Amino acid sequence: MADEITLLDFWPSPFGMRVRLALTLKGIDYIYKEENLQQKSDLLLKSNPIHKKIPTMIHNGNPISESLIMVQYIDETWPKSSSLLPSDPYGRSQSRFWADYVDKKVYDCGRRTCFAKSPEEGDAAVKELLECLKVVECELGEKLYFGGENLGYVDVALVPFYSWFYAYESFGGLSIRDECPKIVAWAKRCLENESVAKSLPDQQKIYEFVVTMRKKFGVE
Amino acid sequence: MAESDVKILGGWPSPFVMRPRIALNIKSVGYEFLEEKFGVKSDLLIKSNPVYKKIPVLIHGDKTICESLVIVQYIDEAWSSGPSILPSDTYDRATARFWAAYIDDKWFPALSGIPKAQGEEAKAEAVKQLLSGTALLEEAFHKCSKGKAFFGGDSIGYLDIALGSFLGWLRVTELNGLTILDAEMTPGLAGWAENFCADSAVKEVMPETRKLAEFAKMLFTKMRAPPST
Repeated sequence: MADEITLLDFWPSPFGMRVRLALTLKGIDYIYKEENLQQKSDLLLKSNPIHKKIPTMIHNGNPISESLIMVQYIDETWPKSSSLLPSDPYGRSQSRFWADYVDKKVYDCGRRTCFAKSPEEGDAAVKELLECLKVVECELGEKLYFGGENLGYVDVALVPFYSWFYAYESFGGLSIRDECPKIVAWAKRCLENESVAKSLPDQQKIYEFVVTMRKKFGVE
Repeated sequence: MAESDVKILGGWPSPFVMRPRIALNIKSVGYEFLEEKFGVKSDLLIKSNPVYKKIPVLIHGDKTICESLVIVQYIDEAWSSGPSILPSDTYDRATARFWAAYIDDKWFPALSGIPKAQGEEAKAEAVKQLLSGTALLEEAFHKCSKGKAFFGGDSIGYLDIALGSFLGWLRVTELNGLTILDAEMTPGLAGWAENFCADSAVKEVMPETRKLAEFAKMLFTKMRAPPST
């Protein structure tokens, strides 16, 4: 039976990008459905009744949600092409640790940088964002990718946030290229991969999205 | 591998520390338990977990692994010849991971929010959140266990460990008169909790409710005390 995969998503979401990227890297066909987050579809509400969030994937009628869980599911269900997690248990534990770190830190600091309601809030968010990017940069070290010679789980977890860098820099008043040059170099290297280029929206588009959202939230 | 090659850095009251200890017990792997002194982080902890400086940490030979659920998965994969902790089916694994994340991100914060809630209204809201979360877990238990004793089936698995590690603190919360798990509201989980605590992999690491309650009292007193100069 041919696999039927539907991905319920929202184009600026870095979490959605992770799943798009994992599916594309593995050469898996899927149907992309753009959700209107102000009016969530019945399918989304039925498939993810607990969190009602994107991304949510439906594989042969079975729903899966939470982006890193989805990426691991994709890696385990289609193990033969482009393995995302390393094969050794220690390598896997380190990949999981760092992807979890990205989840706990980067998204939240980045969001607060773009939507800070006061200069103090913004400054604090920028400071934390740079701190966590530097920690991650240290973990990358001299490797080509977090996955070593090839893109891996942590690369998939982190690279979507690169599409938000211009927004972080514009609203946070920082230069990520100056502060974390290795991370920017790594991200550009990732973008040379066709699957990554296909899965990430343009930084300018994300910036414009943030401008619209800031107006909506009443952030000046 | 010699027992001294496997160490857990932790504290007896921590549900997060209990998780890898249960996992190692399931795999019949001996380990040295290095008890951290409460309120003081050892040099070994800071060196082994420079990112978070938190317990638990698993030290396996020259490798260190942090974050309780990451450690449990590591234990399952490193000692693959022992009983499996994660389900073998990839969809069941995704389901187990989903609920474990729900427990950590939503359910446990709701549980620990109750003693912290200020005022009757806030407390009532915190209780409401916890009970509705528990009802979701009761449903999940029925789906995952498929009539068997544990989320993992016949034996304790990943999701049992994720939730079961909080039973000590759940019972401490119930000492104040709140019923969270009972035969009427949550029959599945009530039965599961008894089976979990009676399991040989869990018995020796699950703290006594009274001892934990005393620890909780000491902890809250310290939290409310003015900072020392």
